[in-house]
Amino acid sequence: MTRWIFLCLLLALPAWGAVGDPNERLADPAKEALARDIGRELRCLVCQNQSIEDSDAQLARDLRRLVRERVAAGEDQTAVIRFVHERYGDFVLLRPPVTAATMLLWATPVLALGGGIAVIMFRRRRAMAEAAALSPDEAKRLAELDRGAA
Amino acid sequence: MIGEIGHFALALGCILALVQAILPLIGAHRADARLMALASPLAGAQLIAIASAFGALLWAFAVNDTTVSNVVLNSHSQKPLLYKFSGAWGNHEGSMVLWVLILALCGGAVAGFGRDLPSALQARVIGILGLIAVGFLGFIIFTSNPFERVWPPPMDGQGLNPILQDPGLAFHPPMLYLGYVGYAVTFAFAVAALLEGRVDAAWGRWVRPWSLAAWSFLTLGIALGSWWAYYELGWGGYWFWDPVENASLLPWLIGTALLHSAIVVEKRESLKIWTVLLAILAFGMSLLGTFLVRSGVLNSVHAFANDPARGVFILALLMAYVAGALALFAWRAPKLGGTGIFAPISREGGLVLNNLLLCSIAAVVLVGTLWPMFADIMFGAKISVGAPFFNAATAPLAIPLVAAMAVGPLLAWKRADLAGALQRLWWVGALAVASAFLTLLVAGYHVLPALGFAAAAWLIGGATADLLDRIAAFRRPSQAWNRARGLPRAAWGSAIAHAGMGVTFAGLAGMGLATDTLVALKPGEATQLAGYEWRLERIRDVQGPNWSARRATVTVLDGGRVVTVLEPEKRFFPVGRMNTTEAAIHTNALRDLYAVLGDERDGGGVLRLHHNPLAPWIWFGAVIMALGGGLSLSDRRIRVSAPSRKAAAATA
Repeated sequence: MTRWIFLCLLLALPAWGAVGDPNERLADPAKEALARDIGRELRCLVCQNQSIEDSDAQLARDLRRLVRERVAAGEDQTAVIRFVHERYGDFVLLRPPVTAATMLLWATPVLALGGGIAVIMFRRRRAMAEAAALSPDEAKRLAELDRGAA
Repeated sequence: MIGEIGHFALALGCILALVQAILPLIGAHRADARLMALASPLAGAQLIAIASAFGALLWAFAVNDTTVSNVVLNSHSQKPLLYKFSGAWGNHEGSMVLWVLILALCGGAVAGFGRDLPSALQARVIGILGLIAVGFLGFIIFTSNPFERVWPPPMDGQGLNPILQDPGLAFHPPMLYLGYVGYAVTFAFAVAALLEGRVDAAWGRWVRPWSLAAWSFLTLGIALGSWWAYYELGWGGYWFWDPVENASLLPWLIGTALLHSAIVVEKRESLKIWTVLLAILAFGMSLLGTFLVRSGVLNSVHAFANDPARGVFILALLMAYVAGALALFAWRAPKLGGTGIFAPISREGGLVLNNLLLCSIAAVVLVGTLWPMFADIMFGAKISVGAPFFNAATAPLAIPLVAAMAVGPLLAWKRADLAGALQRLWWVGALAVASAFLTLLVAGYHVLPALGFAAAAWLIGGATADLLDRIAAFRRPSQAWNRARGLPRAAWGSAIAHAGMGVTFAGLAGMGLATDTLVALKPGEATQLAGYEWRLERIRDVQGPNWSARRATVTVLDGGRVVTVLEPEKRFFPVGRMNTTEAAIHTNALRDLYAVLGDERDGGGVLRLHHNPLAPWIWFGAVIMALGGGLSLSDRRIRVSAPSRKAAAATA
């Protein structure tokens, strides 16, 4: 957390003390909400992991304006994000696209869960086998009992 | 002079820690009672040395000793005294001294309160803590001397970063470090158990209070940081999935898993190997957090520590401690004995599911945090991993976790009746569904908040059902009161902590329904938000102790009746020449009215106004969770004393 603050200060100095410009918002609440949803998916490129909706760096302002222009022109979320993605590359997307470089990243939940389940099953089977199997002493004693019975 | 004493005390502490690391461990290995008996006095002496060093540092800040470079860089004579002190740990060097001080306090506590521990186990735990202290004291002395002198001394210091001059942030690092370092103790217990080749119920009973205490402090520390972000950063956000936030969440997730699996060790002598591994990982995550925050590997711009040597040093420590412990684990863990047998549907089974899901979430957070760096190095791909990824990737794991949280406590040990447990929860399930539908009905089509309120109702109701079940409120209502009084505090603690999570979920859901507006108003003009009328009265100059500000006065009216007067500020700190925004917040526990002042133009000002339903519940829930942890910690079983191994063996 502390580091984050320092980084913000270093990188987004104009962000402090500024809260945005009312003129940049869209008049239509539905469109403004859509623009905001889109903005939360886009990274302010000069900030540390902040979306363009959470920063007042100049670049974030420019991107916010760009997104709102596109939304006002009637484009949907996919189209606007595709447009920004084409201009700025993968780095601008806070939800990384699935590529060769991010396949394992996106697979993490499944791999972690699957791996965990596999380990639990394996250990459980072994524990059951150990519990079920007789120790050499027990086997010997059983053999003795059998002999005694016979 | 005081600075030199502090520096000397650090060096002395380092030597004492080295002796503390060597002699007791040899003593425990050779069963030499004289060497083992050295452990506690050495831990006490090291604590005195480190406390002296920390005291010297506080002194230097309190008197604004500008011959100490750390003071020059981080303090100023005009600062209020509280922030002079908090400035002592608001920087890299000072925070490391606080870190080792808390470590020494933990060592002292093991020495002082651990008299019931078998002497060999106590000697080993203290020895391992000494080994950790040596590494970090060496790190401070060789790379981050907090007492470095400057000559000639400047007239005054450069001041602490203004946004750090805040009560929330003054106590955020100590809380967080109490959590991080608490996991050093469970780590030491785990390594000691591996050295001894023995883990039993008594071990579980000693580890649990430490993991509970560490977890409670970490919960509070994270909540304080999040609360601070909410009111200080002025965006109304409370969690940004930032790498540094994730670094504190990772030990919390693993620590939560550890807390639960330690119960199984204590009660059932099962999951031993797994619990030892979790104890190692929890501390590993704490160290990783320290490394990520201070090395600058995650971001190209260095902030907290801009010396790459520091990053390399901490990485070396991380590798040495965690890799060393894991190697020991691989070698010795198979000797710890197999796990007990239990049916998949049982309390143990529920706790295994808890561990599986928490660790999977931790894996997602860890991989997501490190992946941008990894992808850059491996594939040369510049990517970002932000909130949308983390929300999408952790939700499928968090949903079953929340679902299981209410059911697990109702299951019996060894073999349980799931249908019976669900039957006892039917009204809770109905409540959850009703909450979701009510949300959709009242607030419109907002799916996530509806799910959040359902989770909140499910968790709070589940905790209530658990308590009602334990006191047999329905079966034998006449004895319920007596049973409630006789219920162990650990039972109350766990139910309260689970309910606290529910309260936090309610807060998160409420924030999902937050509304805001951005308006330019002239004095006398008003705007509408969330049924309130917000009227800007005036904007004027005010003077603080070490800042000047522009302060807006906003009256909030509800149908003509004044609800509150909000006074957001834009502060200017002449030392450091920096601006901050001070949001004005009015809360009635059910909602926050939140105002931020922006640019001024044409005699008016820009205001960003937020209406945040249930916002305080996010942090209130965390406080309830920590209280639950504290209550559990005060359980008689833990407080009186853990049974000696002989007694445990006799009753077993």
